[in-house]
Amino acid sequence: MLELSTIKIIRCIVCPTGCEIKAKKGANEKVTFEGYTCERGLEYAQQEFYEPKRILTTTMRIENGLLPLIPVRTDKAILKEKLKDVLVEIAKMKLKAPIKMGDILIENILGLGANIIASRDLIKLD
Amino acid sequence: MNKYKVDVVVIGSGAAGLASAVEAKKAELSVLIIERDHELGGITLQCIHNGFGLKEFEEELTGPEYIQRFINEVKELKIPYLLDTMVFEINKDKYLYAVNKQEGLIEVEAKAIILAMGCRERTRGAINIPGFRPSGIYTAGQAQRFVNIEGYLPGNTFVILGSGDIGMIMARRLTWEGCKVKAVVEILPYVSGLLRNQVQCLEDYEIPLITNYTVTKIHGRDRIKGVTISKVDRNFDRIVGSEKFIECDTLLLSVGLIPENELTLQAGVELSKNGGPVVDNNLETSVEGIFACGNVLQVHDLVDLVTAEAKRTGKVAAEYVKSRYDKEIKARETIKLVSGDNVNYVKPDLINKNDLSNDIIFTFRVSYPDRRVLIQFKDEENSIIYKRKKIYVIPSEMVELSINLEKQGIKPDCKTITVEVIPRPEVLIEED
Repeated sequence: MLELSTIKIIRCIVCPTGCEIKAKKGANEKVTFEGYTCERGLEYAQQEFYEPKRILTTTMRIENGLLPLIPVRTDKAILKEKLKDVLVEIAKMKLKAPIKMGDILIENILGLGANIIASRDLIKLD
Repeated sequence: MNKYKVDVVVIGSGAAGLASAVEAKKAELSVLIIERDHELGGITLQCIHNGFGLKEFEEELTGPEYIQRFINEVKELKIPYLLDTMVFEINKDKYLYAVNKQEGLIEVEAKAIILAMGCRERTRGAINIPGFRPSGIYTAGQAQRFVNIEGYLPGNTFVILGSGDIGMIMARRLTWEGCKVKAVVEILPYVSGLLRNQVQCLEDYEIPLITNYTVTKIHGRDRIKGVTISKVDRNFDRIVGSEKFIECDTLLLSVGLIPENELTLQAGVELSKNGGPVVDNNLETSVEGIFACGNVLQVHDLVDLVTAEAKRTGKVAAEYVKSRYDKEIKARETIKLVSGDNVNYVKPDLINKNDLSNDIIFTFRVSYPDRRVLIQFKDEENSIIYKRKKIYVIPSEMVELSINLEKQGIKPDCKTITVEVIPRPEVLIEED
């Protein structure tokens, strides 16, 4: 029997049960998952292990707006390790009001295949 | 004095106010929304993270996106609203007094009032933290408004007291803005917010979560310089000798929410122990024609649940205006709901006996987490009216049940129903 060692513990967030899923690796370098109680849990663990992704929600500076900021988000989940780079990129920007919810503010940010879109309408300050 | 006369006046334009106003308007009534902030939307506007709308729209939205849909609907339906307007008095005759810069004093005469004022955060005063009173101490929601709406960072190094969802979400938000969050400190032995937030807001950024601890001293005279945290025992008393100092320039408090019911009390509406008004199954308060929904009634976990409750309220308020207003109504015969074992509170507080054949939505929270439980509704003679198994209950997750009590065989002369959450008998046998 090959001895499996736990290389990562993933807490499943698919439902409130919160299973603790262990990613284990044996001598043959093959990764297996233990501790999930449903298929969705296994999918989540695999995604989290190989390619964790997150939706990023932040704000962007606005000139002449009713507010100095507009809330924005990525229109799809992006690699977790790229969140910081994207935040820095967004922080460099300053846009002008008016803006409509859903407007694409930055297209294909850093070539990650996701757009930065506006989360609300923002009118011009009179 | 400017005077308005409407069928339904809605106080507050957050998720609850907007959804209830839309429903009342769709019932072809005249509606007026009153909002104290400078735009419609309420607190959802500052909740820029995602996770909203999965129930209501079956897609995952941010707070602003969620509420924008209702703002758009209000505008399409041409529902009138007053901004920057503070309601300072309501009475049981359904007259409402408010003030704003343009009009000065305003009187609104309404046939029905919908209370949708939301809740406010508990502050340092509510939890009695000793020490000086320097600047740099904020509630988590206040800091959220500064960061997400007004564009200010309230500090550089943070300690967050309380592991509610807003506290954890702010921990991530501040980290993303380049701040250092030293720790999230929780007095309970477990996280009070959702697991999802614990994983994605704290663990993703290696922010330490310190459970069974609370802040027992604030250091610094002009600006906060740090906090002392102490371990607590089972009664939440601090354990002497367990103190640790954490340096920080800002302390955020995420220590619970209180329904905002000053106006409610003025109208003579009775409050229940959760801080919200006593309501019947039609979400009508103890004053006829005054209804309540959203966080002013009970603090919800999800805005989607607020919307569902508010839609019901808008509909019943419209029905009231159309069929009951101005008619002599005989005293309502009701059944009283009582919180039993491990039930913190239950809504509604009363059930109209006329409605027993309808599906009634019950919501409640437990006092402490438990697994493999039995939820039971019992009458005053301990006969079980309804029971249901549940794998997992936790105070941060509101339980919602839709029950037809007549079909469950409730006795016609039932006066009170006790709701309890108890360990399943088979579990007890196993342990014997």
